[in-house]
Amino acid sequence: MLKKNEIKVGDTYSEKIVEDLKRTQIVQYAGASGDYNPLHSDDKFTKEIAGYPGVFAHGMLSMGMTGKMLTNFVGDGTLKKYGVRFTNQVWPGDSLESTATIIDIKEEDGETLAEIAIETKNQDGVTVITGSATAKVG
Amino acid sequence: MSKIKMPVEKSHIMMFARSIGDANPKYYEEKDENVIAPPTFIQSSAQFDPDYFLRPKIGGDNWFGSGKEATGMKSSGSGSGGGGAAMGLHAEQHYEYHQPLKVGDVITAEVKPGKSWEKESKRAGKLKFSESVTEYRNQDGELIITATSVGVVTEKPVEN
Repeated sequence: MLKKNEIKVGDTYSEKIVEDLKRTQIVQYAGASGDYNPLHSDDKFTKEIAGYPGVFAHGMLSMGMTGKMLTNFVGDGTLKKYGVRFTNQVWPGDSLESTATIIDIKEEDGETLAEIAIETKNQDGVTVITGSATAKVG
Repeated sequence: MSKIKMPVEKSHIMMFARSIGDANPKYYEEKDENVIAPPTFIQSSAQFDPDYFLRPKIGGDNWFGSGKEATGMKSSGSGSGGGGAAMGLHAEQHYEYHQPLKVGDVITAEVKPGKSWEKESKRAGKLKFSESVTEYRNQDGELIITATSVGVVTEKPVEN
Protein backbone atom coordinates (compact mmCIF):
# COMPACT_ATOMS: atom_id res chain seq x y z
CA MET A 1 0.00 0.00 0.00
CA LEU A 2 1.19 3.51 -0.79
CA LYS A 3 2.03 5.60 2.28
CA LYS A 4 0.62 9.08 2.58
CA ASN A 5 3.89 10.61 3.79
CA GLU A 6 5.88 8.94 1.01
CA ILE A 7 3.93 10.13 -2.03
CA LYS A 8 3.14 13.45 -3.67
CA VAL A 9 1.23 14.73 -6.68
CA GLY A 10 3.36 14.28 -9.78
CA ASP A 11 5.04 11.04 -8.63
CA THR A 12 5.26 8.46 -11.41
CA TYR A 13 5.84 4.73 -11.60
CA SER A 14 6.64 2.87 -14.85
CA GLU A 15 7.01 -0.74 -15.84
CA LYS A 16 7.73 -2.61 -19.03
CA ILE A 17 4.69 -4.85 -19.06
CA VAL A 18 5.56 -6.92 -22.12
CA GLU A 19 8.53 -7.25 -24.46
CA ASP A 20 7.94 -8.60 -28.00
CA LEU A 21 4.39 -9.86 -27.34
CA LYS A 22 4.04 -13.45 -28.48
CA ARG A 23 0.97 -14.89 -30.19
CA THR A 24 1.15 -17.71 -27.66
CA GLN A 25 0.63 -15.25 -24.80
CA ILE A 26 -2.51 -14.02 -26.55
CA VAL A 27 -3.68 -17.65 -26.74
CA GLN A 28 -2.86 -18.06 -23.02
CA TYR A 29 -5.07 -15.06 -22.27
CA ALA A 30 -7.88 -16.47 -24.40
CA GLY A 31 -7.72 -19.75 -22.48
CA ALA A 32 -7.60 -18.17 -19.03
CA SER A 33 -10.22 -15.49 -19.64
CA GLY A 34 -12.51 -17.60 -21.81
CA ASP A 35 -12.63 -14.96 -24.57
CA TYR A 36 -12.01 -17.03 -27.72
CA ASN A 37 -12.83 -14.29 -30.22
CA PRO A 38 -11.05 -15.53 -33.41
CA LEU A 39 -9.66 -12.00 -33.94
CA HIS A 40 -7.05 -12.91 -31.32
CA SER A 41 -5.92 -16.37 -32.40
CA ASP A 42 -7.25 -17.14 -35.88
CA ASP A 43 -5.12 -15.44 -38.54
CA LYS A 44 -7.16 -16.79 -41.47
CA PHE A 45 -10.43 -15.42 -40.08
CA THR A 46 -8.85 -12.14 -39.01
CA LYS A 47 -7.30 -11.47 -42.43
CA GLU A 48 -9.97 -12.83 -44.75
CA ILE A 49 -13.17 -12.03 -42.87
CA ALA A 50 -12.36 -9.18 -40.50
CA GLY A 51 -9.95 -7.40 -42.86
CA TYR A 52 -7.11 -6.84 -40.39
CA PRO A 53 -3.43 -7.60 -41.18
CA GLY A 54 -3.43 -10.41 -38.62
CA VAL A 55 -4.40 -11.39 -35.10
CA PHE A 56 -4.13 -8.78 -32.36
CA ALA A 57 -4.28 -8.78 -28.58
CA HIS A 58 -7.48 -8.65 -26.58
CA GLY A 59 -7.98 -5.15 -25.19
CA MET A 60 -8.44 -6.92 -21.87
CA LEU A 61 -4.97 -8.47 -22.15
CA SER A 62 -3.50 -4.97 -22.44
CA MET A 63 -5.70 -3.82 -19.54
CA GLY A 64 -4.66 -6.88 -17.51
CA MET A 65 -0.95 -6.29 -18.16
CA THR A 66 -1.40 -2.59 -17.33
CA GLY A 67 -3.21 -3.71 -14.16
CA LYS A 68 -0.18 -5.66 -12.96
CA MET A 69 1.87 -2.46 -13.16
CA LEU A 70 -0.87 -0.80 -11.14
CA THR A 71 -1.06 -3.43 -8.36
CA ASN A 72 2.74 -3.54 -8.21
CA PHE A 73 2.57 0.23 -7.59
CA VAL A 74 -0.40 0.58 -5.21
CA GLY A 75 -0.54 -2.92 -3.65
CA ASP A 76 -3.11 -5.73 -3.68
CA GLY A 77 -6.67 -4.97 -2.64
CA THR A 78 -6.24 -1.20 -2.47
CA LEU A 79 -7.95 -0.26 -5.75
CA LYS A 80 -11.32 1.47 -5.56
CA LYS A 81 -11.56 2.14 -9.29
CA TYR A 82 -9.69 1.19 -12.44
CA GLY A 83 -10.85 2.16 -15.92
CA VAL A 84 -9.35 2.43 -19.39
CA ARG A 85 -10.00 3.38 -23.00
CA PHE A 86 -8.43 1.25 -25.71
CA THR A 87 -6.99 3.87 -28.05
CA ASN A 88 -5.01 1.66 -30.42
CA GLN A 89 -4.69 -2.04 -31.11
CA VAL A 90 -1.80 -4.09 -29.71
CA TRP A 91 -0.10 -6.48 -32.12
CA PRO A 92 2.18 -9.51 -31.77
CA GLY A 93 5.74 -8.21 -31.50
CA ASP A 94 4.74 -5.08 -29.63
CA SER A 95 6.62 -4.02 -26.50
CA LEU A 96 4.60 -2.01 -24.02
CA GLU A 97 5.53 0.33 -21.20
CA SER A 98 2.93 1.50 -18.75
CA THR A 99 3.11 4.55 -16.51
CA ALA A 100 1.06 5.61 -13.49
CA THR A 101 1.11 9.27 -12.39
CA ILE A 102 -0.37 10.50 -9.12
CA ILE A 103 -2.57 13.46 -10.03
CA ASP A 104 -4.36 14.05 -6.71
CA ILE A 105 -4.27 12.91 -3.10
CA LYS A 106 -7.47 13.49 -1.18
CA GLU A 107 -9.44 12.58 1.93
CA GLU A 108 -12.87 11.03 1.39
CA ASP A 109 -15.13 9.38 3.99
CA GLY A 110 -12.21 8.99 6.39
CA GLU A 111 -9.95 7.39 3.77
CA THR A 112 -6.94 8.80 2.00
CA LEU A 113 -7.16 8.18 -1.74
CA ALA A 114 -4.68 8.63 -4.57
CA GLU A 115 -6.06 9.55 -7.98
CA ILE A 116 -3.85 8.08 -10.67
CA ALA A 117 -3.59 8.70 -14.40
CA ILE A 118 -2.51 5.73 -16.50
CA GLU A 119 -0.95 5.51 -19.93
CA THR A 120 0.42 2.52 -21.81
CA LYS A 121 2.53 3.08 -24.93
CA ASN A 122 4.05 0.78 -27.52
CA GLN A 123 7.64 0.74 -28.82
CA ASP A 124 6.79 3.51 -31.33
CA GLY A 125 5.47 5.81 -28.61
CA VAL A 126 1.86 5.24 -29.69
CA THR A 127 -0.60 5.28 -26.79
CA VAL A 128 -2.59 2.04 -26.66
CA ILE A 129 -4.35 2.63 -23.33
CA THR A 130 -5.31 5.72 -21.40
CA GLY A 131 -6.99 5.35 -18.07
CA SER A 132 -7.35 6.24 -14.46
CA ALA A 133 -7.47 4.58 -11.09
CA THR A 134 -8.27 5.39 -7.49
CA ALA A 135 -6.32 3.61 -4.75
CA LYS A 136 -6.49 3.62 -0.96
CA VAL A 137 -3.41 5.06 0.69
CA GLY A 138 -2.15 4.01 4.15
CA MET B 1 -28.11 -12.94 -18.29
CA SER B 2 -27.73 -13.77 -14.63
CA LYS B 3 -26.84 -17.38 -15.39
CA ILE B 4 -23.22 -16.81 -14.41
CA LYS B 5 -22.20 -18.52 -11.19
CA MET B 6 -18.47 -18.30 -10.79
CA PRO B 7 -16.51 -20.00 -8.02
CA VAL B 8 -13.31 -17.98 -7.56
CA GLU B 9 -10.58 -20.63 -7.65
CA LYS B 10 -6.89 -20.42 -6.95
CA SER B 11 -5.79 -22.41 -10.00
CA HIS B 12 -7.87 -20.17 -12.27
CA ILE B 13 -6.22 -17.09 -10.76
CA MET B 14 -2.82 -18.71 -11.34
CA MET B 15 -3.58 -19.35 -15.02
CA PHE B 16 -4.96 -15.85 -15.44
CA ALA B 17 -1.90 -14.30 -13.76
CA ARG B 18 0.40 -16.29 -16.06
CA SER B 19 -1.47 -15.06 -19.11
CA ILE B 20 -0.97 -11.40 -18.19
CA GLY B 21 2.64 -12.02 -17.10
CA ASP B 22 1.95 -11.11 -13.47
CA ALA B 23 4.71 -12.58 -11.28
CA ASN B 24 3.11 -11.66 -7.92
CA PRO B 25 4.08 -14.74 -5.82
CA LYS B 26 0.70 -14.79 -4.07
CA TYR B 27 -0.93 -16.06 -7.23
CA TYR B 28 1.39 -19.09 -7.37
CA GLU B 29 1.67 -20.14 -3.71
CA GLU B 30 -0.25 -23.16 -2.53
CA LYS B 31 -2.18 -21.46 0.22
CA ASP B 32 -5.44 -19.73 -0.51
CA GLU B 33 -5.61 -17.23 2.33
CA ASN B 34 -5.46 -13.56 1.53
CA VAL B 35 -5.33 -14.08 -2.19
CA ILE B 36 -7.06 -11.14 -3.83
CA ALA B 37 -7.71 -11.66 -7.52
CA PRO B 38 -5.94 -9.43 -10.08
CA PRO B 39 -8.00 -6.31 -10.89
CA THR B 40 -9.26 -7.58 -14.26
CA PHE B 41 -9.76 -11.23 -13.22
CA ILE B 42 -13.54 -10.86 -13.03
CA GLN B 43 -13.55 -10.69 -16.84
CA SER B 44 -12.93 -14.44 -16.82
CA SER B 45 -16.43 -14.94 -15.42
CA ALA B 46 -17.14 -15.46 -19.15
CA GLN B 47 -15.94 -19.03 -18.50
CA PHE B 48 -19.03 -19.55 -16.37
CA ASP B 49 -21.57 -18.07 -18.76
CA PRO B 50 -23.12 -21.09 -20.50
CA ASP B 51 -24.19 -18.93 -23.45
CA TYR B 52 -21.03 -16.84 -23.87
CA PHE B 53 -20.92 -16.03 -27.58
CA LEU B 54 -17.11 -15.90 -27.85
CA ARG B 55 -16.64 -19.58 -26.98
CA PRO B 56 -17.32 -22.47 -29.38
CA LYS B 57 -20.09 -24.63 -27.95
CA ILE B 58 -19.77 -28.39 -27.53
CA GLY B 59 -21.58 -29.97 -30.44
CA GLY B 60 -22.23 -26.57 -31.95
CA ASP B 61 -21.63 -26.19 -35.68
CA ASN B 62 -21.90 -22.46 -36.14
CA TRP B 63 -18.63 -21.16 -34.67
CA PHE B 64 -17.57 -18.13 -36.70
CA GLY B 65 -13.82 -18.81 -36.66
CA SER B 66 -12.02 -20.62 -39.49
CA GLY B 67 -11.93 -24.33 -40.26
CA LYS B 68 -11.88 -25.43 -43.86
CA GLU B 69 -13.26 -22.03 -44.73
CA ALA B 70 -12.22 -18.64 -43.33
CA THR B 71 -15.41 -18.59 -41.28
CA GLY B 72 -17.58 -21.44 -40.11
CA MET B 73 -20.58 -19.15 -39.97
CA LYS B 74 -23.38 -20.33 -42.21
CA SER B 75 -24.09 -17.58 -44.70
CA SER B 76 -27.03 -15.46 -43.73
CA GLY B 77 -27.30 -14.33 -47.34
CA SER B 78 -26.97 -10.66 -46.56
CA GLY B 79 -25.19 -8.05 -44.55
CA SER B 80 -21.62 -8.00 -43.44
CA GLY B 81 -20.40 -11.52 -44.13
CA GLY B 82 -17.86 -10.53 -46.76
CA GLY B 83 -14.56 -8.69 -46.57
CA GLY B 84 -14.34 -5.84 -44.14
CA ALA B 85 -17.14 -7.22 -42.02
CA ALA B 86 -18.56 -5.03 -39.33
CA MET B 87 -16.65 -6.12 -36.29
CA GLY B 88 -17.18 -5.59 -32.62
CA LEU B 89 -14.23 -4.24 -30.65
CA HIS B 90 -13.78 -3.34 -27.02
CA ALA B 91 -13.61 0.45 -26.60
CA GLU B 92 -13.60 1.02 -22.84
CA GLN B 93 -13.69 -0.96 -19.61
CA HIS B 94 -14.21 0.43 -16.12
CA TYR B 95 -14.29 -1.33 -12.76
CA GLU B 96 -15.46 -0.09 -9.41
CA TYR B 97 -14.26 -2.28 -6.55
CA HIS B 98 -16.58 -2.36 -3.55
CA GLN B 99 -14.85 -5.24 -1.76
CA PRO B 100 -11.82 -7.39 -2.63
CA LEU B 101 -12.55 -10.41 -4.86
CA LYS B 102 -11.18 -13.41 -2.97
CA VAL B 103 -10.56 -17.12 -3.47
CA GLY B 104 -13.61 -18.99 -2.18
CA ASP B 105 -16.13 -16.35 -3.26
CA VAL B 106 -18.97 -17.53 -5.45
CA ILE B 107 -19.94 -14.72 -7.79
CA THR B 108 -23.16 -14.12 -9.65
CA ALA B 109 -23.58 -11.44 -12.30
CA GLU B 110 -26.43 -9.24 -13.33
CA VAL B 111 -26.08 -7.34 -16.62
CA LYS B 112 -27.93 -4.11 -17.28
CA PRO B 113 -27.94 -2.36 -20.64
CA GLY B 114 -26.49 1.12 -20.68
CA LYS B 115 -26.35 4.03 -23.10
CA SER B 116 -25.65 3.76 -26.81
CA TRP B 117 -24.34 6.42 -29.15
CA GLU B 118 -22.71 6.98 -32.55
CA LYS B 119 -19.66 8.83 -33.75
CA GLU B 120 -17.85 9.37 -37.07
CA SER B 121 -14.21 8.40 -37.23
CA LYS B 122 -11.56 8.93 -39.91
CA ARG B 123 -9.92 5.59 -39.16
CA ALA B 124 -12.97 3.29 -39.07
CA GLY B 125 -16.03 5.07 -40.49
CA LYS B 126 -19.23 5.19 -38.48
CA LEU B 127 -18.77 3.91 -34.93
CA LYS B 128 -21.68 2.51 -32.95
CA PHE B 129 -20.95 2.42 -29.25
CA SER B 130 -22.98 0.54 -26.66
CA GLU B 131 -22.49 0.26 -22.95
CA SER B 132 -23.39 -2.49 -20.50
CA VAL B 133 -23.15 -2.45 -16.73
CA THR B 134 -22.57 -5.67 -14.81
CA GLU B 135 -22.98 -6.02 -11.06
CA TYR B 136 -21.00 -8.87 -9.52
CA ARG B 137 -22.18 -10.09 -6.10
CA ASN B 138 -20.78 -12.70 -3.72
CA GLN B 139 -22.55 -15.63 -2.05
CA ASP B 140 -23.93 -13.28 0.62
CA GLY B 141 -25.43 -10.95 -1.97
CA GLU B 142 -22.82 -8.28 -1.28
CA LEU B 143 -21.80 -6.10 -4.21
CA ILE B 144 -18.13 -6.84 -5.01
CA ILE B 145 -17.48 -5.20 -8.40
CA THR B 146 -19.46 -2.99 -10.76
CA ALA B 147 -18.10 -3.24 -14.30
CA THR B 148 -18.96 -0.93 -17.17
CA SER B 149 -18.03 -2.14 -20.61
CA VAL B 150 -18.22 -0.10 -23.81
CA GLY B 151 -18.23 -1.99 -27.09
CA VAL B 152 -17.92 -0.47 -30.54
CA VAL B 153 -18.96 -1.81 -33.92
CA THR B 154 -16.93 -0.18 -36.68
CA GLU B 155 -18.15 0.40 -40.22
CA LYS B 156 -14.80 -0.83 -41.58
CA PRO B 157 -11.61 -2.25 -40.08
CA VAL B 158 -9.65 0.30 -38.07
CA GLU B 159 -6.81 1.76 -40.17
CA ASN B 160 -3.42 1.36 -38.62
